[in-house]
Amino acid sequence: MAAVQPARKAATVSEGGPRHGAGPRQWFERVWRSIFPRPLQARTDRERAALTRFTFLLHLRPVMVPARTLPWTHTFGLGGSSLVLITLLAATGILNQLVYQPVPGVAYDSVVSIQDQVPFGALVRGVHWWSANLLVVVLLLHVARVFLTGGYHGARQFNWVIGCGLLAAVLANNFTGYLLPWDQLAYWAVTISTAMLAYLPLVGDTLQQVARGGPEIGTQTLVSFYTIHTTIVPVALIVLMGFHFWRVRRAGGVVEPPAAPGEAEGDEAKRLFLPDLLLREVVQALVIVAVVVVLAALFGAPLDERANPGMSTNPAKAPWYFMGFQELLIHLHPTFAVLVFPLLAGIGFLLLPYLTADDEPAGRWFLSPTGRRTATLAAVAALMVTPLLVIADELLSGGPSGLIGGGVLPLALAAGAAAGSFVLARRRYGASVNEAVQAVVILVAVAFAVLTLIGVWFRGEGMALVWPWQR
Amino acid sequence: MMTTTSDGASATTAAGAGTSRRRVLSWLWWGLGLAAAGELAWIALSFVRPRRGSGADEESHIFVAGPIDDFAPGTVTAFPAGSFYLARLPSGGFLALDRTCTHLGCTVPWNADTGRFDCPCHASAFDITGAVVGPPAPRPLDRYPVRIENGIVKVDLRTKLRRTAFEPSQAVSS
Repeated sequence: MAAVQPARKAATVSEGGPRHGAGPRQWFERVWRSIFPRPLQARTDRERAALTRFTFLLHLRPVMVPARTLPWTHTFGLGGSSLVLITLLAATGILNQLVYQPVPGVAYDSVVSIQDQVPFGALVRGVHWWSANLLVVVLLLHVARVFLTGGYHGARQFNWVIGCGLLAAVLANNFTGYLLPWDQLAYWAVTISTAMLAYLPLVGDTLQQVARGGPEIGTQTLVSFYTIHTTIVPVALIVLMGFHFWRVRRAGGVVEPPAAPGEAEGDEAKRLFLPDLLLREVVQALVIVAVVVVLAALFGAPLDERANPGMSTNPAKAPWYFMGFQELLIHLHPTFAVLVFPLLAGIGFLLLPYLTADDEPAGRWFLSPTGRRTATLAAVAALMVTPLLVIADELLSGGPSGLIGGGVLPLALAAGAAAGSFVLARRRYGASVNEAVQAVVILVAVAFAVLTLIGVWFRGEGMALVWPWQR
Repeated sequence: MMTTTSDGASATTAAGAGTSRRRVLSWLWWGLGLAAAGELAWIALSFVRPRRGSGADEESHIFVAGPIDDFAPGTVTAFPAGSFYLARLPSGGFLALDRTCTHLGCTVPWNADTGRFDCPCHASAFDITGAVVGPPAPRPLDRYPVRIENGIVKVDLRTKLRRTAFEPSQAVSS
């Protein structure tokens, strides 16, 4: 009886409008069925598969996923976590937009009123700030995961390039958002960062003026930063994310670890997306949201004194993700610090899929035990050598030297280190091409990370080297 | 024209003239598309191009600093409204110095005790003429043209002058 009755009800509804004598209950059921044609509670695997296929949000995902990609340590859910953080940013960003005014005289006061007058304003702004900073960290880790598990070959080659575009868009939004509070921190960080542009040869001054919307940071800068932050980059992000996720789906999901001997392969090794993957993703999303809200409630977002163009802060630092460049600027000839080194590293990074062997096995962390060993050695070498070089340069010279000493020589040194570690990994440790490339990339990435940490934590007044607790 | 296309049922049968016309038309489409893209890019670029302030009349850029005798030789006077310093060198010459550090754009304060501009951000230092006395600044402070009319010092804020070194000719005497 119980099984028959709903079927009969559904039949009457599908045959057309409410029959003569049908009550409000039937009418509400008709509306509900028009939105959700199937029961939301799936009891069997067949029903779950159907639910995935025919629910709008779920149909963006596959019905079945490779079982070996499911363990948390394979991806750490970093891509999905980024999406969660971006959603939080959009939600809190829209709320901030309702109060914020992008005009230099008023901007700071409107941020203060978000902090002090709007109920939950400080929390919403805190969630926005923490999500934004965590997003950069999580995205960088995501890039590292994709790289270290070799998830950028074959069908995934171009998706690496799209991912680089996404990373650039997120950094652009972080940076433009940095100026909006119009406090001392914001004003001088953006002054420093845009002043770095002026060191580019030939086009530097023009680029700096384009970035600032005029010769100095003022109304025009704030208006264009606000437009980039709230319209241009968000639209670009949505388009690029759609492209990125669609490519992941076309490639058959994330890169799959190779099967162990005797392990099932192909369709045998697949599991249902609902519930096996969806459940993990929802749990991780909830954890991320909880962490961000707790951080925002405990620490909030910083707000300095109102911006004062007549008084610089001491020291004046760029946003933390640009501190590696500011640290380079202390040691190298400006053209090399802001152009040659970033350009070479950036192009190499963007073209990684096309500079490596496409037919080597992938899907395992660090590719193989040999890859793990060479990667560790490269990381340790960069961790030891970079601080020594910084200290040596600090003691030996009083500032950036000329074109040769501060540019050509360091470039030759860096190129030598990269080529040397490639050859060493190949000859001494018998690494494959991709494992050797992996060692080189880790060498460069760790060196840049160390420079960033030195810039953020070990530079005090007048950018002198100090211990973090003496800053 | 019309008759030739109606002869051949497909492009492969209508060889020669047919394929070359197709090619020309396809080039034309590409050309039109590129032109349209170029125009749109031009429109977008003209929106992001840096603009000067709307008050473009000449007089508003001339800053009247005051009579010569207000400034003692060897002193530096700040003009926050014009974002510059008026330095009177010990020799009596005037020099208008931009307050922006040439390293990364911080605002440099004048330190009368040491007789130097000390940048708070990255420790660059400049002497009273704006010349670099401490790295990492790569060049002296920018300067503005100074003119003295009827004993009144005036600074032309329209043109910021970049220089590689201080030369005595840059200082203006009455």
